[in-house]
Amino acid sequence: MSLKIPHHDINLEPFMSREPDFNRKSMRMQTERSFKSQILSAIMLTDQEKLFHIRICDPSIRENFTFLPGQFVMLELPGCGEIAISISSSSSNREFLELCVRKVGRVTGMLHRLEPGAFVGIRGPFGTHFPMQEMTGSNILLIAGGLGIAPLRSPIFWTNDHRVDYKDITVLYGARDPSQILFDYQVEEWRKIYGLEILTIVEHPDEHWDGHVGMITDLFDDVPIDPDETFAVVCGPPVMFKFVCSYLSDLGLPRQRMFVSLERRMHCGMGKCCRCNVGSTFTCLDGPVFDYWTVMNLKEAI
Amino acid sequence: MLYMTITKDNFKKMVEGLMENNEVIGPKWRDRDAQGNKIYRFLKLNNFEELQMDYTRSYSSPKNFFLPFKEDLVTYQLDDVNWDQNIQYRVHPRVIIGMRACDINALRKLDEVMVNSAYPNPYYVARRRNTIIIGLDHEPLDDCFCRSMNAHVAFQDFDIFMTDIGEKYFIAINSDTGYMIVNRSGGQEVTDEDQQLFKRVKKDIKSKFKTQVDVTIVPELMDLEFESDVWEKWGDKCLSCGSCAMVCPTCYCYGVEEEGDLTFTCAIKRRFLYSCNLLDFAAVAGDHNFRPEPHIRLKYRYYHQFRGFVEAYDQSLCVGCNRCGVACLAGIHPKAVINDLIETEKP
Repeated sequence: MSLKIPHHDINLEPFMSREPDFNRKSMRMQTERSFKSQILSAIMLTDQEKLFHIRICDPSIRENFTFLPGQFVMLELPGCGEIAISISSSSSNREFLELCVRKVGRVTGMLHRLEPGAFVGIRGPFGTHFPMQEMTGSNILLIAGGLGIAPLRSPIFWTNDHRVDYKDITVLYGARDPSQILFDYQVEEWRKIYGLEILTIVEHPDEHWDGHVGMITDLFDDVPIDPDETFAVVCGPPVMFKFVCSYLSDLGLPRQRMFVSLERRMHCGMGKCCRCNVGSTFTCLDGPVFDYWTVMNLKEAI
Repeated sequence: MLYMTITKDNFKKMVEGLMENNEVIGPKWRDRDAQGNKIYRFLKLNNFEELQMDYTRSYSSPKNFFLPFKEDLVTYQLDDVNWDQNIQYRVHPRVIIGMRACDINALRKLDEVMVNSAYPNPYYVARRRNTIIIGLDHEPLDDCFCRSMNAHVAFQDFDIFMTDIGEKYFIAINSDTGYMIVNRSGGQEVTDEDQQLFKRVKKDIKSKFKTQVDVTIVPELMDLEFESDVWEKWGDKCLSCGSCAMVCPTCYCYGVEEEGDLTFTCAIKRRFLYSCNLLDFAAVAGDHNFRPEPHIRLKYRYYHQFRGFVEAYDQSLCVGCNRCGVACLAGIHPKAVINDLIETEKP
C-alpha cells in the first residue's frame, strides 16, 4: 500500500508572484531577494564616514522603489554580510540612494574599500518613517547630533522639496569637533535657502571655528519654539534624546509630536530575527522612527 | 472535524505505507541521561520499530524541522565585481508522527510570526505546507505546565491527532490528506465503546497535571517587576549558553552569516538559530552592547515570551513544555522564575 503525499509547491502560491509593494509592511514573499545595485560614487565626508551613491541596476525596480524619510534598507555585500543603513537621500531622488556609512565594523570596513562600479545588494525599504504629511502646516524642528545627521538629511530634503507646506523649518546640528561635521558643504548650501534656519554647534572648537560652542541643548536659547504648532524630529546618540526631549516636553511640546530614530542590531529587517527587540516590540517593524511617548513606554529603549 | 479509529496493526501498516514514499519523522530513543532515563529526539525513521509511541518528551522540540539549526538562505555566484543570487524553497513532502499538543500549539504560535504577519518567511512556509502532522496524546509528565499555558489540547494545525484507547487509536482528522491516509489504512467508524474509552482516557489525562503556573498577571508583572531582584537572582546563575532557546518549541531568534569560499567564486548566506541569552545578541558595531549582563538577557527572554508576544498576538509564546528547565545547566526553571515574580514582596 502506498501513501504518497503530493508536493506543495509554494512558488505557485499567489503571494509569490504578487507585485512588490515598496513601501511599509509590504507582503513581499521573496524576502531574501536583494536588488542588485551599483555604487556610482563615494564621497569622503570625514576619515571615518563616506557617502555612497547607490543605484539599483534593474530600471523597472528602480522606478518602483520608493521610500519615505526615516526608512532604512538592508545593504548586502555578498559573501561578507548585511547591515541596516538608514537612507540619507531625498525621497524625490528616484535615480539613486545616498547612504552615509561610518567605518566601524567588518561589513562597513569592507564597504569602505569598495570602489565605484562595484555591485552590492539592497533589500527594503523597511521600517517606519517620519510622518511628514501629518506635519503639514506646522513648524518643524530638526535636531541632529553627530552621525544623526545622516537619517535627518532625508526629512530636511523633504521639507525643501515641499517647502510651502510647512511654516518655519529649523535645523540644529551638533558635533564633537569641527572636523566631525558631516555634509559641511551642504550645511552652507542649506543656510542660503529662504525660510530654513540652520544652526551648528561643536563641543570642542578648533582655532578656525567661529560658531557656537557647547552642547546641542545650548542652541535652544537662540530658537523660539511654539509648542502648539511644532513637530520635532531628533536623531543622535540616545543620551541626547533624553536631554533634548525632556527640554521640549517641559516647553509643552506633546510627546506624540516628537520623533526619534532608534538604532539596534539587525539581521533581517522584517521582524523575524528578534535581534532588534526593544521593550515589547521590534525596531525594524514598529521603528526605527518612534514617537517619544512610545519610546517612554518601551523598556530600556534609550 | 471527522473522527475515526484505527487498530494498532493497521497503524503499523499506515506508518510503513507513509515511509514508502515520504520522509517520516518520529520520536526515536537516542541516549540515557545521568539518572538512566531515556532521551528521545525527533529524527528520520528507517523502520516502524524505531518509532517510540510511548516516548515521554523529546529533548529538543520538533520545531527544528521547520526552523532548522542551520539553513542556507541564498547561494551566490561571484565573478570579480559582479554576482548572481540563487534562492530555492523546495522541500520534499514529509510526515511527523507523534507530535504533542504543546508542540502543535507551538507551531501555531510560530505561524503567527512566520506566516500571518508582515513579510512571511517563505522557507518556513514551504516546510510547513509540505509537512503532514500526526499528533499524539500523552499523560503529562510531573513538570509539564502546558495546561496553565492553555496548550495541552490541540484543535487545529494538525492533519491527524491520535489518542491511545487500548487496542486502537482514536483519531481526529483535520485535513483531506489526513482523511486519505487514515481511510486507505483501514480506518473504522467510531463505535459507542470507542467513544466511552476516549472520554475515559481524556479524563484520566486531565487529572494527571501536577504542575501549575498562574500566568494571569504575568504580563503586567513583567513591567512592574522590571527592576526586581528576582532577575539578578536567576540571571546571575545563567551561563549564557543558549540551550534553552535551542530546545524551546517556540524560540525563533536567529542570526545571519555570509561566507565565501577560498577561491571567491561562490558564497552562501546562512541563517542559524540564536538565543537572546548569548553575549553578543544585542551587540552592535563600535563596541556597544545593549544587553551586556546575563540577567538583563534572561529578563528579556521572559519579557518576550510573556509580555512582548502577548502584546502582539494576544497569547504568550511559552507553551509550558519545560524543555528549557530540563536543558538548563544552571537549573533555571520557568516555573520557579515566574513563581518568584508573583510572590516577590518589596521590603
